[in-house]
Amino acid sequence: MKNAAKKIYIALIFIFLYAPIATLMVLSFNASKTRAKWGGFTFRWYASLFKNEVILKALSNTLIIAFCSALIATVIGTIACIAMSGMHRRTKAVILGITNIPMLNADIVTGISLMLLFISFGFRFGMGTILLAHISFNIPYVILSVMPRMKQLNPSTYEAALDLGASELTAFFQVVFPDLFPGVLSGFLMAFTMSLDDFIITHFTKGAGVDTLSTKIYTEVKKGIKPEMYALSTLIFVTVLTLLFLVNFSPTKKSNQTGID
Amino acid sequence: MSKELIHLSDISKSFDGQMVLDELDLKIHENEFVTLLGPSGCGKTTTLRILGGFTLPDTGKVFFDGHDITRVPPNKRALNTVFQKYALFTHMTIAENIAFGLKIKKKSKKYIDDKIHYALKLVNLDGYEKRMPDSLSGGQQQRIAIARAIVNEPKVLLLDEPLGALDLKLRQEMQYELIRMKNELGITFVYVTHDQEEALTMSDTIVVMNQGYIQQIGSPESIYNEPENAFVADFIGDSNIIPATMIEDKLVSILDTRFACVDTGFGHNTPVDVVIRPEDVELTAPSEGIIQGVVTHLIFKGVHYEMEVMANGFEWLVQSTTMYPVGQKVGIKVDPFNIQIMNKPESEDEEAVAIDI
Repeated sequence: MKNAAKKIYIALIFIFLYAPIATLMVLSFNASKTRAKWGGFTFRWYASLFKNEVILKALSNTLIIAFCSALIATVIGTIACIAMSGMHRRTKAVILGITNIPMLNADIVTGISLMLLFISFGFRFGMGTILLAHISFNIPYVILSVMPRMKQLNPSTYEAALDLGASELTAFFQVVFPDLFPGVLSGFLMAFTMSLDDFIITHFTKGAGVDTLSTKIYTEVKKGIKPEMYALSTLIFVTVLTLLFLVNFSPTKKSNQTGID
Repeated sequence: MSKELIHLSDISKSFDGQMVLDELDLKIHENEFVTLLGPSGCGKTTTLRILGGFTLPDTGKVFFDGHDITRVPPNKRALNTVFQKYALFTHMTIAENIAFGLKIKKKSKKYIDDKIHYALKLVNLDGYEKRMPDSLSGGQQQRIAIARAIVNEPKVLLLDEPLGALDLKLRQEMQYELIRMKNELGITFVYVTHDQEEALTMSDTIVVMNQGYIQQIGSPESIYNEPENAFVADFIGDSNIIPATMIEDKLVSILDTRFACVDTGFGHNTPVDVVIRPEDVELTAPSEGIIQGVVTHLIFKGVHYEMEVMANGFEWLVQSTTMYPVGQKVGIKVDPFNIQIMNKPESEDEEAVAIDI
């Protein structure tokens, strides 16, 4: 009896969480144009989606931004972690706290402040400003993911490499980086997902005529929801889900067992 | 003694205003097994890191074979280090770990393969080339760390508490292994430990350190039998350290009782400390002893009994194969040769006094 209650409770939670997405996915295959009735299974909306040049342009923008911003943020974030690992404990705690704040900050505040910053420095809004904005909000996620890995590093391995005659760079790339890599990779994937996902900050930092998928969907929805949008949203959801799986099942998980001490 | 190889000259180092080494001066000779021994925080690891090039001294110079290497980076020194926590490269195989230094020196593949084979044989881990470090036990990882260091043919091997993480049995085995390797390789070992037994077992020379000062340098026998101050006596093995007065040459008053001893040159009526090892205290019938006391504690330790005897207000630690039950009245006798006289430190601060070599 108690067990049954538990199962029903869990089922309710999952229904609550996933029913909207399930509805969306089902409707994306609905042949009928109205949401009210099921008109049979179809791939038509997916097909017309991929024929829609505007949407494809937005998709490629999104992917370019996501990839570039994740890559650059990963490089900056990783270097930041290396620098922080050499800091005094208290300084490190302060800096780490500062890097965490943007994550907690409301997106709309981040978006508006970035917009104001770009305006006051006379930037031309477009892909460039979106990229800069995405890099800036991605860095904390990379740090969040690389830092635990950094803490697990045995500081002696770097010194051991030097001791065996390696230069500082060789020691870093051959000995330290391979140990950091799982954290760096999951940081990259997390940043990629965050960038893919973002609407508000992009909305405030994009120029006229430049759109990512999320801002495009927003504009389209204002004109009235077309079933293509269900298909597109379904695709985004599946992509993000896949990336999430990659992040969670990448080799980072193994590190917990091989920590030092 | 053979040629002087390393000279640490007047090295001082402090971290965050905390003095770790104070004008340390130490010479290490070729083929010597030198152990830096002391409690944690005594500066022994810092000394080793200065030797390895990982820490810069605030003042003083490091000479290697007559050359000043104080500012030479670790990758350009003819020394190799075995780190406390092994520091193996976990993403590389054992063979790749051992080959790391040789590949950087651009040695031929044939040379590297021969060296790997030789080194694994030396540390008794033949056939482990393809294994990953994680799949090895602590003792085996330690041996690989040693193999990885020695293939580079260093003139000096620095070892930072390499056996600290191993269990007692394995540690004793590795002690013999290390002595064997040292003899086979004919290189200088500088070994850091806080384990006095380890130091006594393996070393040619022991450097006892405390609070950044060298307390005593000597062979294991001289450190054990003739400690120069109370710190050394206390740190190396168990001992009875008793305040006493040197009445004249070869006569000392311990707890208001006159004992014959063999030391001279302390003057008349000088306050001193005496060290008497617990195994050197002889228990007898009360009438035969120099002073009399009562047994207060008794523990069986396997090889011997350990007893505490209260006599003239001092609790004597005694190790003997003869058992005296608690409450028994006994006499205490000490052979004059076994009484070691030490100068009293002049103030609290000077307990960690620098000793000129």
